[in-house]
Amino acid sequence: MSSPGRIAAVAHKEFLQLARDRMSFGMIVMIPLVQLLLFGYAINTMVRNIPIAVVDLSGSATARVITEQVRVNQVVDIVSYLHTPQQAEAAVIAGEVRAALIFPRDLARRIASGDTVGQWLVDGSDTTVSQVLLGLRNMPLQLQAGAPAGAYQASEPSFEVSLFFNPERRSAVNIVPGLTAIVLTMTMILFTSLALVRERELGNMELLITTPIHPLELMVGKLVPYTLAGLVQVAIILGLGHVIFKVPFAGGLGTLAVATLSFVAASLTLGLLLSTIARSQLQAMQLTVFILLPSILLSGFMFPYDAMPEVAQWIAEAFPATHFVRLVRGVVLRGAQLEQLAGDILWLCAFTAVVLLVATARFNKRLD
Amino acid sequence: MSGLAISARGLTRRFGELTAVDHIDLSVEKGRIFGFLGPNGSGKTTAIRMLCGLLTPSDGNVEVLGRRIPADAEPLRREIGYMTQKFSLYTDLTTLENLRFMARVYGLGRGERRRRIDEVLEQFALTELRGRQLQAMSGGQRQRVALAVATLHRPTLLFLDEPTSAVDPENRRDFWEKLFDLSEAGTTILVSTHYMDEAERCHRLAILERGRVRRDDSPQALMGALDGRVVEVSGSDLRTLRAQLMVRPEVVSAAQQGSRLRVLFDAGAEAPLEQLHSAAQGHTCQLARPNLEDVFMAATSGGRA
Repeated sequence: MSSPGRIAAVAHKEFLQLARDRMSFGMIVMIPLVQLLLFGYAINTMVRNIPIAVVDLSGSATARVITEQVRVNQVVDIVSYLHTPQQAEAAVIAGEVRAALIFPRDLARRIASGDTVGQWLVDGSDTTVSQVLLGLRNMPLQLQAGAPAGAYQASEPSFEVSLFFNPERRSAVNIVPGLTAIVLTMTMILFTSLALVRERELGNMELLITTPIHPLELMVGKLVPYTLAGLVQVAIILGLGHVIFKVPFAGGLGTLAVATLSFVAASLTLGLLLSTIARSQLQAMQLTVFILLPSILLSGFMFPYDAMPEVAQWIAEAFPATHFVRLVRGVVLRGAQLEQLAGDILWLCAFTAVVLLVATARFNKRLD
Repeated sequence: MSGLAISARGLTRRFGELTAVDHIDLSVEKGRIFGFLGPNGSGKTTAIRMLCGLLTPSDGNVEVLGRRIPADAEPLRREIGYMTQKFSLYTDLTTLENLRFMARVYGLGRGERRRRIDEVLEQFALTELRGRQLQAMSGGQRQRVALAVATLHRPTLLFLDEPTSAVDPENRRDFWEKLFDLSEAGTTILVSTHYMDEAERCHRLAILERGRVRRDDSPQALMGALDGRVVEVSGSDLRTLRAQLMVRPEVVSAAQQGSRLRVLFDAGAEAPLEQLHSAAQGHTCQLARPNLEDVFMAATSGGRA
């Protein structure tokens, strides 16, 4: 009989249910929105406004000039001026400041002899922060107002750094496209992992399996509405990311759509597979988290893929999110074409096909 | 084709240690309403699930509509309708949406779909309720929708698993009128119940207890077999009399009904009425017409087996 008809029937039914389930419907829109704002604004790998203290034992005008130069680079925020190095140390230990800049009594002599001008006391417990402060070590200084930058050390910077793709080093540019992978992993797997279990718990399944429906028709029918939901989510994240965080969009929409569809399909079928394993909705959620965590940690979204040990990279390759992080950054930031991304897309399609077949085989039209 | 819609021999289903259905034989004639009467846990649902092809029998031979089960379960699905014990339609969809969904799943063509949906809406008095979500309906209304869905694809055999457990007596009567309409039109119906009044409406009845068929006949024949074995006693101090009677081996059961005590005697008991006259001095005793409850008690040995 008509297989497309049955798939359409299941898809239509899922649409109706999704549209009436305000919670799920809200999640489709709210999760990308909240995550976008959260990651875009709050989570910032570019370090700014680190609270520090300044101790000036020299009391000289030079110290004030240097302090002013440190302040204007915006990396640090001078929250207090202290009198002794002991006070500064106490403030660092107490966590009131992350670092303290100390100018010694003999500042004038040190400058005259080309010695180091001051000392940084740095709280090393946050490596990102300490890394940035260590960078201040070699900051070029001008000792009198109006003198050329770097006059003190007399040597020009030995090399010039030019950053590609993200010259201002804004983390949003890197985070927003990767975020699509995480949001899709979260919502897509969750929705479909619940899909079959819920019908089983509510008793619908017992009726459904007495009908002539084929498991594959049921599976594919259930995927359709959530595929559209996934496309909506990507549109929200990248659209608002472009408007709010000025994330550039270098690639083609068609390429992005192909990449997104292949990833959405992979995530949804993975969810269906979980749904055939889980015995309750709670178990389905737990299994989803089990997939979600490594997807966030290993996909390259949070930590650079290339910096991971080889074994971790192998594991990362098994998760669809890893491939999509690569794809979406390629399309959105570097303007990569379809043929340059074919490897990851084909991998996702193969993953979808295999997982869908396994899920179908696992789905039994019997109760025993 | 034979005149049997269902023929089962030695049908058995074990769940680990438990034997839920224990070598039952069934012969259900076409066009009849066949009842499963039994308490909860007697194996009714398990038996029905096996006959639908939802559970694989541990043992036994089953033929449903001439097809071997479970091997031929898939093609059978178009010919049977199943109303589950637990309500299994989508409560967040409307009557019409549920009907449309199931009609498409059963592969009815566009024109036939529309025609059949209109017919069942009419037949089960659901036209007014077609736009309402099932979660906003009463138990009786929901059961009508469930029956409409189960009959949508014109099955020749209907399985109804305790269809009226959430329905009030008046709606239950209406529901049975619909069943007789379907039966009249040639549909074979297998219905399970634990209501005696419903069981009495069936053409034929199998009494199930602990996975076994204890009796299998028409309700009339089952009740007729107990003629002369049911005695009603009226008088005072019936509780004491009941306690005295219950210890007698020939008394199967003694159940008080208001100011009377209904006493059921064993098949081997001699002259029950005379026995009671002597046992219950000062009480009025008379033979009563056996009912299905008596049949049920006799079949299950008063639950003391």
